[in-house]
Amino acid sequence: MISIAIEKKLKVYQGRQVLKIERQFPAGSITKIYGPSGSGKTTFLKIITGFITPEKGKILVDDSTWLDTDLNINIPPQKRMPGFVFQDYALFPNMTIREHLEYATTDKDWIVRLLLLGKLDTLIDHKPIHLSGGQQQRLAILRALAIKPKLLLMDEPFSALDPEMKTELIEELTIVFKEIGATVLIVSHNPQELEGLVDGELLIV
Amino acid sequence: MDLSPIWLTLKLAAITTLLLLIAGLPVAWWLSRGRSFFKTIIEAIITMPLVLPPSVLGFYLLLAFSPRHGLGKWLQDAFDVQFVFSFQGLVLASFIYSMPFMVGPIKSALQQLPVSLSQASYILGKTKWQTFKSVLVPNIKPSILTAIVLTFAHTLGEFGVVLMIGGNIPGVTRVASIAVYDSVERMDYPAANTYSLILFSITFLMVISVFVFNKYQAKSPLE
Repeated sequence: MISIAIEKKLKVYQGRQVLKIERQFPAGSITKIYGPSGSGKTTFLKIITGFITPEKGKILVDDSTWLDTDLNINIPPQKRMPGFVFQDYALFPNMTIREHLEYATTDKDWIVRLLLLGKLDTLIDHKPIHLSGGQQQRLAILRALAIKPKLLLMDEPFSALDPEMKTELIEELTIVFKEIGATVLIVSHNPQELEGLVDGELLIV
Repeated sequence: MDLSPIWLTLKLAAITTLLLLIAGLPVAWWLSRGRSFFKTIIEAIITMPLVLPPSVLGFYLLLAFSPRHGLGKWLQDAFDVQFVFSFQGLVLASFIYSMPFMVGPIKSALQQLPVSLSQASYILGKTKWQTFKSVLVPNIKPSILTAIVLTFAHTLGEFGVVLMIGGNIPGVTRVASIAVYDSVERMDYPAANTYSLILFSITFLMVISVFVFNKYQAKSPLE
């Protein structure tokens, strides 16, 4: 079970607004996060990772406290280690596909499995600059999965994929999520994109 | 023709560049992360040699490391180290004088990398050092090469600061730029021309090599 209660002041076009979210996510659930641009969806994910600290908040993941502003607890991102798929992918330009995954994990069998899952097994020695947008996005997803995270945060993870690849990948990802027991939060703009996949929704306005 | 000033200059430039690379990388990384009043002061001090007359810097280094008083006397008494009129003094002066040429390009390159690159590494459980070594440094290689060449070439051409702290002792502190000046003073133009031509050629070859190795991606020193 993941329990989140945060308050963070945001600078927006109209001035200032407060991002206030209080929500529990059952273990193993998949939740879609949606809302208008600039409402704080990415900020919410980055607060969970530890890259952004809210003025007030508490984040409990299973039995451990990641953040408690009242008790001055703020575990760094390196210790939280959720999987995170960045909106801009954040791939390492100096590393090949294989090196990306080897940087994340030493489990060779898992790397092979991920490469097959993302259909990138024939491109292992390619660097991001030589990959298409869809291939880069899949690599970003695989890298996030490489550490077998208990909590997976995905920021617009399927935006560059064609419909066929998207459907196929989502089906296979659902199996992997169950296998590693991940609780998943997915930011998505597309209302139909995750139909039938998610267990719940969170609207951020 | 005495070529010792050329060898001494190359030795000084190589040692200075190596020391500055070791020190400059972490300093540039630290400066590239966020801002504070303390960082602004440190950055201003590092940048000062770019605008300060070399003779002024040399004069203060001469005062600071004079074995007659203060820091210089303490170094002499405690460690038997003398920085004035010695090769180690030239290294110290060059280290300070060329620091902005090493730190500047590396800091700019680090600042231009998307912050999400570091974040993507941290989220995989990597430490700051692992991230610096495996993600940041490999992605700013052209800028590091540019910084190395600029530092080396700048050290080759130092004159005022090394003359002030090192003087003109043959084989010890008489570097090529001082040898050029000395030759002209003695009306020995062929010698001055030889020293100048060697310095010119080395510098030109280095700058060309940067453009070749970086496949024309390196920033021009004039940018």
